[in-house]
Amino acid sequence: MLAHFLLLFIGALLVNNILLIKFIALCSFFGVSNSMSTSIGMGMAVTFVMVLASSVSWILWHFILVPLHLEFLQISSFILTIAALVQFVELFLKKNSPTLYRSMGIYLPLITTNCAILAVAFINVSSNFSFIESIVYAIGVSGGYTLAIVMFAGIRERMASAPIPRAFQGYPIAFVTASLMSLAFLGFKGLFGL
Amino acid sequence: MKRFLRPLINGILRENPILVLMIGLCPVLAVSSAAINGIYMGLAATFVLVGSNLIISIIRRFVPDQIRIPIFITIIATFVTIVDMVMHAYAPDMYNILGIFIPLIVVNCIILGRAEAFAYHNGVIESLGDGIGMGLGFTLILVVLGGIRELLGNGTLFGFQVMPIAYKPVLLMILPPGAFLTIGFLQALQRYRGGKG
Repeated sequence: MLAHFLLLFIGALLVNNILLIKFIALCSFFGVSNSMSTSIGMGMAVTFVMVLASSVSWILWHFILVPLHLEFLQISSFILTIAALVQFVELFLKKNSPTLYRSMGIYLPLITTNCAILAVAFINVSSNFSFIESIVYAIGVSGGYTLAIVMFAGIRERMASAPIPRAFQGYPIAFVTASLMSLAFLGFKGLFGL
Repeated sequence: MKRFLRPLINGILRENPILVLMIGLCPVLAVSSAAINGIYMGLAATFVLVGSNLIISIIRRFVPDQIRIPIFITIIATFVTIVDMVMHAYAPDMYNILGIFIPLIVVNCIILGRAEAFAYHNGVIESLGDGIGMGLGFTLILVVLGGIRELLGNGTLFGFQVMPIAYKPVLLMILPPGAFLTIGFLQALQRYRGGKG
């Protein structure tokens, strides 16, 4: 049982890394990876919201949409629930935990349109995960997100002082970097024979 | 006619959503391992874009400013649900290949971005032109990117053998790293030409 959860976790963290292998949530990957500190903040915020959103959407799907035969409302109801949830978390943090709000508050509005959150909610439903499995999966995916974005920010900080051909400065070289990182992550594919 | 054509051409060339505005990247990289996928994904996104632009430009005078975003998202989600169901029913193979990226059109920044930046402030005809133009610009890049990757990585184009039989395919190009590499080089090329001209 424990091994099953471990495999699910490692699979989501490394083998099927959400950014580098599955290409989900790339806007934020290139948008907020200019410095280490912002990418750590973004990683924290994504982890927090993803775990919360996975549990809420699991409950919504299994206790409301399926019993009432409203499965076709999946897309609309999930996106609205997640948007409302993010607003609620923002208000809650602002009132009750100003320090936490200061460290991740500015990233929260960005998360509403972060496709990773919605994608994990859909994958949880389509893979028929149990409640615990979907939480473990969400932790693995968000861990993989944080790992990739922090490493990418570190490389980009170093690259700022490197002599790069003019046509490649900025985004093009960032894409080439991401390509090399993706190649490295592809190496995990043989792990555990997953 | 001019009111319709100008935003249309603008979307395909000068403000191409992918190469110039750098938004809506996820599906571009994920489904571009073959040219044919690009056509389906591009048309699905174009349908949603045109539909949501049209509805939003019609109702824009009745939408209160404070709650416009949730209203936009609901409209977009409705069109995405239509695409999802139609593809599931009529193109099940392609539906399986594109997989999660069909429902994820709902959070594609291009759609909400155009609703907010264009359709909310412009008339019906202009919004229709903008939706078609942006959609075709998106489709164009998807097909070009998919074509390059399919040609180098598999030796085929739209499923037909193009390269000589002796050509040894570069497998890397249809794997995830190839997507990042190709779009990086396409952008560098576009900048190099822009810098010269």
